[in-house]
Amino acid sequence: MNKTALKELLFKIADDQLILGHRNSEWTGLGPILEEDIAFSSMAQDKIGHSYAMYQILEELGEGDPDQVAFFRKAEEFHNSQLVELPIGEYSFSLIRHFLYDHSDFLRFDMLRNSSYELLAQVSSKIRSELKYHTMHARTWVKKLGTATDDSISRLQNDLDALMPYALGLFEKSPYEEEIISENIFGGEEELRSRWLELIAPIISKTELVLPDPEGVEPVMGGRIGKHTEYLQPLIDEMTEVMRIDPDAEW
Amino acid sequence: MYGGGTIFEKPENKDLVNEDPVKLQEFEDRIERGEKIEPSDWMPSLYRKQLIRMIEQHGHSEIIGALPEGTWITRAPGFRRKMALIAKVQDEVGHAQLLYSAAETLGKTREEMINDLLSGKSKYSNIFNYPAFTWADSCFISWLVDAGAIVNQLANARGSYGPYCRALDRICAEESFHLKYGHHCVIYMATGTDIQRKMMQEALNRWWKPMMHFFGPPDKMSVHTELLMKWKVKMATNDDMRNQFLDMYVPKILELGLEIPDPELRKDEETGKWHYGDPDWDEFYRVIRGDGPCNAERLEVRRIAEERGQWVREALKKAETAYVTPLA
Repeated sequence: MNKTALKELLFKIADDQLILGHRNSEWTGLGPILEEDIAFSSMAQDKIGHSYAMYQILEELGEGDPDQVAFFRKAEEFHNSQLVELPIGEYSFSLIRHFLYDHSDFLRFDMLRNSSYELLAQVSSKIRSELKYHTMHARTWVKKLGTATDDSISRLQNDLDALMPYALGLFEKSPYEEEIISENIFGGEEELRSRWLELIAPIISKTELVLPDPEGVEPVMGGRIGKHTEYLQPLIDEMTEVMRIDPDAEW
Repeated sequence: MYGGGTIFEKPENKDLVNEDPVKLQEFEDRIERGEKIEPSDWMPSLYRKQLIRMIEQHGHSEIIGALPEGTWITRAPGFRRKMALIAKVQDEVGHAQLLYSAAETLGKTREEMINDLLSGKSKYSNIFNYPAFTWADSCFISWLVDAGAIVNQLANARGSYGPYCRALDRICAEESFHLKYGHHCVIYMATGTDIQRKMMQEALNRWWKPMMHFFGPPDKMSVHTELLMKWKVKMATNDDMRNQFLDMYVPKILELGLEIPDPELRKDEETGKWHYGDPDWDEFYRVIRGDGPCNAERLEVRRIAEERGQWVREALKKAETAYVTPLA
């Protein structure tokens, strides 16, 4: 099995989850209603837990302690999409990001259940079963707020328009795309992208929202090869602030 | 996390003159027998008023208490701490949800309660008006503030109002995990590197006085609450709860090699009571009146969160209209 290709895949999944988990945890204590506060905290916890599972697999593959590997890298060494690193913005922004990202995350793990790399396939079944609730949560709220008031509809639409290019960046192809597909490690970004569009389009069409035409949108690429927005490095600095006080300490 | 202690107004005799003496007697007999009072049962209006006040302040303490700890989630060191702290703070917000629901059974809506919090009419645990400067402060809160809250909440769980007791049973079960988490964090700090030990000691120095304040002023300085204790609204005196806390946690703190910043602290073995130095009760009253280091900031953060979420709550009020049109 092409280990480099496999690691590249695992890093981008793990980094996406860690960074989005971090962002979603910023809602803890500040949500628009208590129930949403709790839901975002819960999903943040899952995301960080899922990323931990991915870094543990990377450890198996020789990458070292997850607490070191995950946190002590510079921004340009992170493989997450730019979508997940953007600041949380207003609730509508975080909700739309959650909707777009989690449907892709769910489908990615759905596909990974068939991975030829057995350890990943096993873990994916479990993660997929948790992500089912994340997508259910996102759909429920997008349907509700996407049909409620002029204000809520226009807020969601603005954020959908703003985030669609970033969401399409989730499917940026790996330099090892061919190997990943031919070795049955993962079905590939192209396949994931089309399944994702098939899944989200009917949900959006049941609301007053309009899904931007994916062919008419220029995807924001680069995250997978370490090109990031100005927001990622400060996030990493914050995440490691305590550990850097005494890097040799056990916390 | 909630400490009680300053919740109650002094009941006046006039509060009871309009109550039906027969019903009042029956009510008191039921409580005496250890029965729980349920939302649809008869209760004196003073009982209702004081319970709303207590449960609502407990709820507020949970959401305001989420702020000083919540701010450390994004900085929590490593996966284990990060996941545990998110879970803990999430629990606290969940407690607020449970408590507001319990208070709603007495006739005050969540919106009214939150409005009273924001206007300053309704209070929350004073301890959250102090800042969590470092990671060690958040460790102190998770261990010892939660420990204090458990002392108070376990007592209150034996109270007379059914919905509050049931909420507290669930809350205490969760808080016991917080306590384990907090203790684990403090152990790592207090037995760690020089830098960590110094951080932990400094946090203990900062938080000890507010921790003594947590249970409220000494009994000799507090409002008389005999009636509320008879009604099992208040379950133990401030001094009793503080004493219980000191009994349980002073040895654990000392065991870790930390120093408690109160040279007068000692236990009188004859009476079983702890003697402690004056933790500056003037400061306590000053902070309760709104003049603490973080009062304004805490309410401002909460107010902004409420304002930013206003459109969401408005949108949720809109009923689903798709299925209401009759076909014929």
